[in-house]
Amino acid sequence: MAEMETEERGGKTARMPRTGSRRRRISRLSAEKIDYIDYKDVKLLQSFIAENGKIMPRRLTGVTSQQQRKLVEAIKRARTIALLPFTKY
Amino acid sequence: MTLRTYEVAFIAAPNTADDDLSKLNSQIEQIIADRGGKITKVDNWGRRKLAYRIGKFDEGVYTFVYVEGSGQEIAEVERRLRVTDFIIRYLTVRTDEALKRAEKLKSKRKVSLTPRPPDDDFDIDVEEDEELMGEI
Repeated sequence: MAEMETEERGGKTARMPRTGSRRRRISRLSAEKIDYIDYKDVKLLQSFIAENGKIMPRRLTGVTSQQQRKLVEAIKRARTIALLPFTKY
Repeated sequence: MTLRTYEVAFIAAPNTADDDLSKLNSQIEQIIADRGGKITKVDNWGRRKLAYRIGKFDEGVYTFVYVEGSGQEIAEVERRLRVTDFIIRYLTVRTDEALKRAEKLKSKRKVSLTPRPPDDDFDIDVEEDEELMGEI
């Protein structure tokens, strides 16, 4: 399993030169080692919702899939209790 | 049975009298105590702007109650909140399982960090991988 991934990685480096803005890779969640995402932490959650109130896809935020699942749950809870909007405009 | 922990959040209408609110709070305390539960903490956020309009209110008074117990007291607290006119929204969240999982992650990280610290490299490659998958 581990070897296979290494091989794939090797093949990809050839295609690596990517232009455009470099995506932020490490999200605040990993950097600050947040394991429990609290729905009351409005400031944190706000950094993961777009201007219009939508939940940001993780390809833009760089969170892991596990983190994204927890985030989604927390954001939805926050919406229920009117700490976050469902939509803006 | 294992002990469960809950967070009960509720929003009272902004025009609620302080008396009514404190009366409700003591009622909730009573309900939980009667059923063998325990309140570990009460958070009062006070008046706060709602993210969206609920009914005819733009603001609400937020209270968070942290409860330890079996779950039966929660049912009664929720019923109480439902029949209380000035409560415009409530939400109960069970937290013990998520907190336990968070604790596990924390201890796991400590262990895995000791043998091979530069784990960051690997994560980046995985992300790049997915990006390419999307393009195909």
